[in-house]
Amino acid sequence: MGEKVLMKGNDVIAEACIRAGCLHYFGYPITPQTEISHYLSKRLPELGGTFLQAESEIAAINMVYGASSAGARVMTSSSSPGISLKQEGISYIAGAELPAVVINVVRCGPGLGGILPGQCDYFQATKGGGHGDYRNIVLAPNSVQELYELTVKSFDLADKYRMLCMVMADGSMGQMMEAVQFKDEEDIQVYDKPWATNGMGCRGHSNFITSVNVNPDELEKVNLRLQAKYREVEKNEIRYEEINCENADIMVVSYGTTSRIMKNVIKEAKKIGINVGLFRPITLWPYPYEALAKHTDKVKAFLSVELSAGQMIEDVRLAVNGKSNCYFYGRMGGHIPSQKELLDEIIRILEKEDK
Amino acid sequence: MAKERLHPKSIKDKVWHYCPGCSHGIVHRIIGEVIDELDIQGSVIGIAPVGCSYNNYEYFDFDVIQAAHGRAPAVATGVKRVLPNHIVFTYQGDGDLAAIGTAEIIHVAARGEKLTTIFINNAIYGMTSGQMAPTTLPQQITTTTPTGRDTAYHGYPIRISEMLALQEGTVFVERVSTHDVKHIRQAKKAIKKAFKIQQAGLGFSLVEVLSTCPTNWQLSPVDSQQWIVDNMIPYYGLGNLKGKDIKV
Ligand SMILES: Cc1ncc(C[n+]2csc(CCOP(=O)(O)OP(=O)(O)O)c2C)c(N)n1
Ligand code: SF4
Ligand SMILES: [Mg+2]
Repeated sequence: MGEKVLMKGNDVIAEACIRAGCLHYFGYPITPQTEISHYLSKRLPELGGTFLQAESEIAAINMVYGASSAGARVMTSSSSPGISLKQEGISYIAGAELPAVVINVVRCGPGLGGILPGQCDYFQATKGGGHGDYRNIVLAPNSVQELYELTVKSFDLADKYRMLCMVMADGSMGQMMEAVQFKDEEDIQVYDKPWATNGMGCRGHSNFITSVNVNPDELEKVNLRLQAKYREVEKNEIRYEEINCENADIMVVSYGTTSRIMKNVIKEAKKIGINVGLFRPITLWPYPYEALAKHTDKVKAFLSVELSAGQMIEDVRLAVNGKSNCYFYGRMGGHIPSQKELLDEIIRILEKEDK
Repeated sequence: MAKERLHPKSIKDKVWHYCPGCSHGIVHRIIGEVIDELDIQGSVIGIAPVGCSYNNYEYFDFDVIQAAHGRAPAVATGVKRVLPNHIVFTYQGDGDLAAIGTAEIIHVAARGEKLTTIFINNAIYGMTSGQMAPTTLPQQITTTTPTGRDTAYHGYPIRISEMLALQEGTVFVERVSTHDVKHIRQAKKAIKKAFKIQQAGLGFSLVEVLSTCPTNWQLSPVDSQQWIVDNMIPYYGLGNLKGKDIKV
């Protein structure tokens, strides 16, 4: 077994990037994820790779576009305002079907907002963000261990589907110190990239990479192909965790930082005879609608807990499809709900449902 | 005797979509000839812009990546950092390079990226039907300056080559024209040198080509060539701005 070390979340993301065989990183500084850059600026040049501090997030994502076109594994990281700037490039990456990994250590918005943890970019990450009919795979770790495992996994998913894979963390996870158990050796699958533009000398005919097609028939076909690929991802890649869901009175749905708090709330609730289930989506897209829907007849209500004004709640409602009441509890501005706040809310909801 | 159509190996045997008298085709051909002469078809990667030449991969027979509007220099940077021994160039119009993409072009120059840029300055937004470009001349009529570019209102044209020559990472800059055979030859010489500078790993090289857009200038192909001589060359000037003495 590999080494077990105490590390900061952002450093673990950077280490996972290297372990996944990604030697090219392009980024622009923004809190609360700057440690990723600090780590990689030291390590990647040593390994013969690229660390490049770009002039903007727009440039950084387009450097990712170029590096991926050339056939390399490549990553960029940023936080909310920077991710907004990357949306043009993200749409192009989807259109050109390029593999890429984007880390979003989410902070609070809108605008410049604040640097404290948030989950207010859920819509942007899962419903679009940029223009066009496209999807990104979105992974939501909730521990430093998972930051490691899911960051490594994101490169595999990106290559496998020729898609952008986003790892969505938040400021508190990026800054948190926790033990992480690294593998001795990563199990990296190497994908053939006959489509890459890495010089036609290696293949004898020219390739081009593009997202434009002015012929309506052809462009519709491109879109249908993209959609077929997205259906395939929905079939194969959904991930979630269920805790204490058997005989739950109420099902709390939450991911990332908020789902960590819930684990303690479950214990506290048990002491007063309430059975709280936790359904934690790990893939925010594709969303585990079916798995969540299985609980509709068993629990009295659903409660989505988020660091937002209520974004994932819309997916919870889609899953539940009107068969149960869906409630929302959220904090904003960088506040994180306390266990007591959450337990009080659960008691309130159950009292209301029992009437 | 069957007529043999002589065209560079690096150019596909296709009919241009460009308007008659447009410089894009001429510059494509020059690039194709230079790539053949340097024997780099197998290792060159071009970055296409957003503009009339957005799909130049339909004509170039080597690897090409189509970039977002103005972002070609950043895309090229990503490619070159992954493949440092390949020859990477961007092909960009004046809207692409001198308006929306100014940050990206200045920073490849500042970083001294070992890249080459072919800058097609036709003083107009060709593809979107003739709006004012940053390089539109004073008094020039466009679809968004219907009474002519009033510098007091719209500001002044940007002299990109002069600006980029100031950057220490830029090693070669030349402004050329394609309005007659003599100038086409000079343009080819400059473009070839720009690629050789990259091959030698010296830094960033750029060739600005004063170009025509007969359609949006609303001039005939012949009058467009004359318009370059009468208006663009007096304003911008031709010649080398940096790296004249470098031998490659
Ligand atoms: C982000 C974005 N904004 C605007 C456009 C629309 N657009 C397409 S081409 C173009 C101008 C191109 O002009 P130029 O770069 O001078 O190239 P030319 O067509 O003259 O060769 C614009 C504004 C776009 N495609 N993307
Ligand atoms: S519109 Fe202008 S730049 Fe575009 S192809 Fe026609 S002449 Fe050339
Ligand atoms: Mg133009």
